[in-house]
Amino acid sequence: MDLTLKVWRQKDKNDKGRMETYPVTGISEHASFLEMLDVLNEQLITEGTEPVAFDHDCREGICGMCSLYINGEAHGPDRKVTTCQLHMRMFKDGETVHIEPFRSKAFPVLKDLVVDRTSFERIQQAGGFISVNTSGNTQDANALPIAKPMADKAMDAATCIGCGACVATCKNSSAMLFVAAKVSQYSYLPQGQVERKERVLNMVDQMDKEGFGNCTNTGACEVECPKGISLEFIARMNKEYVTASVASEK
Amino acid sequence: MSKLDSKIPEGPLKDKWTKHKNEINVVNPANKRLIDIIVVGTGLAGGAAAASLAEMGYSVKAFAYQDSPRRAHSIAAQGGINAAKNYQNDGDSTYRLFYDTVKGGDYRAREGNVYRLAEVSANIIDQCVAQGVPFAREYGGLLDNRSFGGVLVSRTFYAKGQTGQQLLLGAYSAMNRQIGKGKITMYNRHEMMDIVKVDGKARGIIARNMITGEIEKHSAHAVVIASGGYGNVFFLSTNAMGSNVSAAWKIHKKGAYFANPCYTQIHPTCVPRSGDFQSKLTLMSESLRNDGRIWVPKNMDDVMAIREGKKKPTDLSEDERDYYLERRYPAFGNLVPRDVASRAAKERCDAGYGVNATGEAVYLDFKSAIHRYGSEKALVTGINNPSEEKIIELGEKVIEEKYGNLFQMYEKIVAENPYKTPMMIYPAVHYTMGGIWCDYNLMTTIPGCYAAGEANFSDHGANRLGASALMQGLADGYFVLPYTIGDYLADDIRTGTISTDLPEFNEAAKEVTDRLEKLINIKGSKSVDSFHKRLGEVMWNKVGMARNAKGLTEAMDEIKAIREDFWKDVRIPGGMNELNPELEKAGRVADFLELGELFAKDALAREESCGGHFREESVEEDGLQKGEAKRNDKDFAYVAAWEYKGEPRDAEMHKEELEFNDIELKTRSYK
Repeated sequence: MDLTLKVWRQKDKNDKGRMETYPVTGISEHASFLEMLDVLNEQLITEGTEPVAFDHDCREGICGMCSLYINGEAHGPDRKVTTCQLHMRMFKDGETVHIEPFRSKAFPVLKDLVVDRTSFERIQQAGGFISVNTSGNTQDANALPIAKPMADKAMDAATCIGCGACVATCKNSSAMLFVAAKVSQYSYLPQGQVERKERVLNMVDQMDKEGFGNCTNTGACEVECPKGISLEFIARMNKEYVTASVASEK
Repeated sequence: MSKLDSKIPEGPLKDKWTKHKNEINVVNPANKRLIDIIVVGTGLAGGAAAASLAEMGYSVKAFAYQDSPRRAHSIAAQGGINAAKNYQNDGDSTYRLFYDTVKGGDYRAREGNVYRLAEVSANIIDQCVAQGVPFAREYGGLLDNRSFGGVLVSRTFYAKGQTGQQLLLGAYSAMNRQIGKGKITMYNRHEMMDIVKVDGKARGIIARNMITGEIEKHSAHAVVIASGGYGNVFFLSTNAMGSNVSAAWKIHKKGAYFANPCYTQIHPTCVPRSGDFQSKLTLMSESLRNDGRIWVPKNMDDVMAIREGKKKPTDLSEDERDYYLERRYPAFGNLVPRDVASRAAKERCDAGYGVNATGEAVYLDFKSAIHRYGSEKALVTGINNPSEEKIIELGEKVIEEKYGNLFQMYEKIVAENPYKTPMMIYPAVHYTMGGIWCDYNLMTTIPGCYAAGEANFSDHGANRLGASALMQGLADGYFVLPYTIGDYLADDIRTGTISTDLPEFNEAAKEVTDRLEKLINIKGSKSVDSFHKRLGEVMWNKVGMARNAKGLTEAMDEIKAIREDFWKDVRIPGGMNELNPELEKAGRVADFLELGELFAKDALAREESCGGHFREESVEEDGLQKGEAKRNDKDFAYVAAWEYKGEPRDAEMHKEELEFNDIELKTRSYK
């Protein structure tokens, strides 16, 4: 298939940036979206132009490195996939495709389609862990039975890949779904109880400091989340936050 | 006498590790904070090591080329992690896990290392549960297990089809706690460009800030290389696009021996390739072989009809199908080890029975499992005389619970529903058992430089069993390295901070800058990828699943020629002092072009078939094992550790003879 690509080009953090138009031809419908961009880049290199920089790594939908805002949707038109799993059969021959970086104040553009998501790192560092040191004397794993429904819930929350689609798609650039996933995972597990209150307060506090917006429950994040993380977890985090705030002695 | 000292402790196998831990030096807590350790790579081995070392009090600097430690390719491991817990009461034990691993590795691994691995395996599960890793559980709340290829017990722990992700997020959370405390300084989007040696010891690295292009000098008292495997030398593999050999190759060129580079695992269950644009291959977890049956049509007419779209696989009756693994290996059936399953698929496809347009695909069919689970579920839920539709509906639900994400992934790639029609699979490069040679302490032949996880060579021999990579990465990172590194660092408590103004740092930084300048100034006519693809083609055709002397000799020359062409004609747009993905790739491909040649040389020197290394000249000629791989223990029960001597083909081999005192060497039979 032949396509017209409108791609965001930006030399570095300080550059203003602009959309550029590139035609690509002979794309297989079995190619992934990133493989289509590989074809474009090969073409640009041959022409002597700098190729388009974009983030990607595992190309199987789990590392969370790839991003891209495609035709106005985070990770493009398909559901429950990352950009690397998006296939060209989702597009029509002759279509014009707009490709932009994830947009949010907390995700500054580094170059072209590459954004800086280290704000997510700092949120995790504020409390996304259980304080247990490595030790060969930890209690036997089966000494702590966990009811299957609870373990399954924790797993559902834990599947977040930290890609940032939730932020990119939210009109408020809210990171609530991302933070809620981690807070919820530990809140369901007995191991997470000791630091439960402190964790939610610290992580939410850091989220606010990073400049993410607030949640107005539009639910766009859940729709665009490649792992189908549920809005339920945001409700759960809100409850966790309120409970922790009331109990807080700070 | 070999130059290589594996430093395996004396004494009975089961006491070696305990005894060693009791005897090695330790650094007192007050002194640990005066010691810096660099960890390159933040996957399971690097992440676990960085977190554990920081918890102990060392000052850690961790490096990742991705924008977060959480994105390291350990994240993509699907199936599970082995541990000798014997929760299923099926007779598992440390010894049995040790035995299976040595046997699975075709008797080319070190007994001492593997026993230690089996010994600490149970601790890993305890540790991960304590961190909040949500492993799959049974209704009683206890941990669930499944079985994996090549073994007869259920010892694999899992978190849906995302076990690697959950384990890595566990290590990542432990790292985050230490980053927050300032005990780990995290360098994201940084690539190690070289190691710096001072007085023969590893004392730091040169790294490139991938955003600004700045060449940075970082010092430490020890350097840990946990940079993963080198499967991308084949261009197409299940590795991440950025996975590379560069960190390992740089230390090799500075004195670390590279062991058994030819030991590569070709994983049997991957999504077949679909065209020239293909950038990577996607694995479908081996756990699928627990419930999926592998087959091709018995008759060539059916093969042709399927390829032409005139017949569907579901049209074929049971007796028109050749379940070739069940036929050839009745004892293990679909659960034979990976190397055996891969070669069997290749054998059928080479014979013309491949079921897709490229002729390189076999079926993985869940119909029987769906039926079996559906009937069981009906019984349990009290549904009497369930209809066929009801059974299938219930069975599909069970399969979805077990492998839902894998099925979804397959459907997105291939656009076929694997609940209704069998999956198509074909082998692909997945894991490299070879790597940097290291002793029992995981120290390489460069003092103070360690290798952990897939980057080292030690535990899997010539073939890795399923669910053992996660085990080894975490064992090295959580439970081995944190102890053994102290033995070396105990001598460094008075050294003080290593200055990066030393001439050795400046020289290394200059070398790095010169090489990058050279690359960017070639201004040739072809892209980096075009060279990588050419290399991959030679590797796959001549150094792939079946190898022979003629092909390997040709491969060495062809790779050399591609390398020379690369240095004359590669085109790298953009500059050095900016985010430049083409420049990053070029540096990595340049190293693959050297490794590839050594890889072929190693394969040529090993005139036997063992594990993932199959030499066409070395097969059993008669008896029950006719046509199967023939190992030669008399001449080849050694580790080939290569010393860099300039050109890759000039490398000198040092042999570490493998001794087997606790295991009798047997022909691996899965019949």
